[in-house]
Amino acid sequence: MIMQQQKTSMLEIRDLHANVEDREILKGVNLVVNAGEVHSIMGPNGSGKSTLAQVLAGRDTYQVTRGEIIYRGRNLLDMSPEERACEGVFLAFQYPVEIPGVSTQYFLRAALNAVRWHRDEEELDAIDFLKFLKQRMQIVEMDEGLLTRAVNEGFSGGEKKRNEVLQMAVLEPKLAIMDETDSGLDIDALRIVADGVNQLRSDERAFIVITHYQRLLDYIVPDFVHVLVDGRIVKSGDKTLAHELEERGYSWIEQQTVTEQPVAS
Amino acid sequence: MTTTADITDACAEKFARYAGLLDGELPSWLLPIREAALAQFTKQGFPTVRDEEWRHTNITPLAETEFESADPDATRVSPGQIRRFRLGAGNETALVFVNGYFAEHLSDVAALPKGVRVMDLAKALAADLPAVRNHYARYAGIGKNAFAALNTAFAGRGAFVEIPRGAMVETPIHLLYVSCEEEPTVAHPRNLIVAGEGSQFRVIEHYVALDQGVYFNNVVTEVVAAENVVGDHCKVIRESNRAYHIATLGIHQARSSHISSQTICLGGALVRNDINSVLNGEGAHCDLDGLYMLGGKQHADNHLRVEHRSPHTSSREFFRGILDDRSQGVFCGRIIVRPGAQKIDAKQTNKNLLLSDRAQINTKPQLEILADDVKCTHGATIGQIDEDAIFYLRSRGISEDAARSLLTYAFAGESLAQVRDRRLRAQLEQLVLSRLPNGELLRGLA
Repeated sequence: MIMQQQKTSMLEIRDLHANVEDREILKGVNLVVNAGEVHSIMGPNGSGKSTLAQVLAGRDTYQVTRGEIIYRGRNLLDMSPEERACEGVFLAFQYPVEIPGVSTQYFLRAALNAVRWHRDEEELDAIDFLKFLKQRMQIVEMDEGLLTRAVNEGFSGGEKKRNEVLQMAVLEPKLAIMDETDSGLDIDALRIVADGVNQLRSDERAFIVITHYQRLLDYIVPDFVHVLVDGRIVKSGDKTLAHELEERGYSWIEQQTVTEQPVAS
Repeated sequence: MTTTADITDACAEKFARYAGLLDGELPSWLLPIREAALAQFTKQGFPTVRDEEWRHTNITPLAETEFESADPDATRVSPGQIRRFRLGAGNETALVFVNGYFAEHLSDVAALPKGVRVMDLAKALAADLPAVRNHYARYAGIGKNAFAALNTAFAGRGAFVEIPRGAMVETPIHLLYVSCEEEPTVAHPRNLIVAGEGSQFRVIEHYVALDQGVYFNNVVTEVVAAENVVGDHCKVIRESNRAYHIATLGIHQARSSHISSQTICLGGALVRNDINSVLNGEGAHCDLDGLYMLGGKQHADNHLRVEHRSPHTSSREFFRGILDDRSQGVFCGRIIVRPGAQKIDAKQTNKNLLLSDRAQINTKPQLEILADDVKCTHGATIGQIDEDAIFYLRSRGISEDAARSLLTYAFAGESLAQVRDRRLRAQLEQLVLSRLPNGELLRGLA
């Protein structure tokens, strides 16, 4: 399998269909993502963007009814959410969950050690971890005071999103999916979050950036832009597509979908 | 079949034999108190589920068990057997009791400030100390409480702690009750803590078992705090899973005193705690916290009663429950505000986490407010583990079992954080972790 990695893509989504409570949300998504690439998925509300993110992370409230997802040569749908995380899939949540009674610092260490344990690496003790964490925190300009507070509890919207990027920086995933990380952020917070992501960009790492607005893409410049409408990717292009969408709105695309074939990169 | 009447008769008979058996001389004032308590108990009998205060706690199995007094020889327990329960080797003040009997060879009284007494209650009674005479059996309220009456009739052993005016006892005084009987035995531990004006104290009441025997600890603890006392009381129930533990804690507070008390219940087959606090003096405040973590068929019932007798008094109650398997919990919190007691601030919270479909919790607030300028709030929640939080943790690489354990532990941890003594808290954290699947992965959480 390691031999194959050179040739295969990081992620291949083929004809993915998914339901929520018998309602079909994804209706045949195709997407190929290679290492080092940043893909943006845009689309109107209710088009299935968040569903796609949750399916990739393994949320069991969504049922995949057809299609497959190949991640680094393996069937992603056969893997539990924790196994996906350990194998390098990371989802930055649109709505990060509050966890009373668990300090942010403990949570990050438990997560990192779970991933390290999976990779047969030594667990970090509290002191080494703290050193590593402080260095990672600079990426998102996060206040140290948040470390001793319960995960996301009482965090502002911006702090929650920065905490998501911090987790990404700590876990060092191969595939990072960002679900509307820009929603609810003021321009300063947006810049910090985007800077953080840009520092984490590398040739070995791929990003799927889900957003409703083009604004974020001024900061995180994508290699590819895909438009998801009614459960399908109906148009793909480069970063100029995002600007076109911003100017002309989604209805322009929705009218075109009847005639145009979706293009996978 | 044995009826409750037969049982109470049997108790009266035992009393006649037992009354003269206490160590040493007894002060003359004690006998009438005991006789009155026995009369009270005989009149009342054991409570049944028809009594409102016992609706959800059925004590029939206890009433039908024939308990004997334990062997008074405490020396069969060696220091090594109880080391894991101690809170510091040789440098803590600990009174240790074995099946209710004072174990001198296991106890240590470290250097204490002048005038502080920490001693076997039997000796304090025999010496007829003024603080005992003035305070014994005044705060537990045996009127409607058959078990407290039964204790008062039979008690004579336990701990007497006296902190004189202005004294500060910074290290906790550890009262360790060890049970190790195979046969059903009964003990009536009785603790009296008298804190003089402006004094400070910390007391830990700790009930542990060396094996899984059937026994009954029928406990009464009275805490009396004079003006400006600051006191911390922590009670931990780690009884055998076949044991009965029924206890009354009576706290009486004078002006500007602050008492915090935690009740941590992890063991016992059937546990009942009656916690009665009287705020008798302006500025008095109490914090009553608790945790019950139950599994199997354990049953734990916490009945709280906070009485605001004076204006400008305040109370906080926060009890958390974690119930697994077929366990059952009861929480009843009564707040009473007496006429004329204005500017009261009382808050009561009870949160429950149900880990199994068959676990049960009955929770009930009762407010009796007879004044009009009062702030009184209560809230109770019953819920399962948050599945969104589970997924969030799993998406970060933490296994499902560990995620569930982590969230359960976090819920308990907020109560354990109230336990002041670091060593005791560490023991309890390890105990809670050991009960959780994959708990060993969570070590180092604190």
